Amino acid sequence: MRHRVRGRKLKRTASHRAALLKNLSAALIKAKRIKTTLAKAKELRTFVEPLITKARVGDLHSHKQIMDLIKDKDTVKELMSNVIPTVGDRPGGYTRVVKLGRRLGDAAEMAMIELVDFNEVANAKAAANKEKKSAKAESKKKKNEVEDANVVEETTSK
Amino acid sequence: MPNPKRKMSKTRRDKRRTHYKATAPSMGTCSNCGELKLTHHACSSCGYYNGRSMFIPKN
Repeated sequence: MRHRVRGRKLKRTASHRAALLKNLSAALIKAKRIKTTLAKAKELRTFVEPLITKARVGDLHSHKQIMDLIKDKDTVKELMSNVIPTVGDRPGGYTRVVKLGRRLGDAAEMAMIELVDFNEVANAKAAANKEKKSAKAESKKKKNEVEDANVVEETTSK
Repeated sequence: MPNPKRKMSKTRRDKRRTHYKATAPSMGTCSNCGELKLTHHACSSCGYYNGRSMFIPKN
């Protein structure tokens, strides 16, 4: 039976796997966007996302817990001073995985994993779309108000 | 040990293999540049996915 079996082994021993996830998450925090295989990218999500959530607590204890997970001082510093303020109060879902196609050589499915709040191109576009939407909604509201006003006038004139 | 009684003829072997086929990957056109791209993947020529630019391609 394979009831409730979670996660990928990635063909590694437990210690090798733990080291891999640490290294990948350090790379992601430093570079904000990394290219890796799809399986590793998906597995990395389950490692970094709780880590970022933990980092948002921001007290000494959480700081030490994170230091215990990523052994690199500079990376933890970057996480605390740069990543956490940018993430803000996003309720989880800090990362995005986009498939990139197969790698030459071993035909492995490749993917890009990035911190959502650091993708300036996508975020600028999303903000523009939001503005457009809100502008549209406002103009619609105004139109309705004008129509309502007309109706009121008509009824009063009668 | 049990063994096949007869040699499999070339015809029989090849008939079996008529069903061994490769399937073409599902492709679509990129909404940004119109280039052919793999579905559910970022466009390899312009880096767009889901109507948004995800990255700038290197070349």
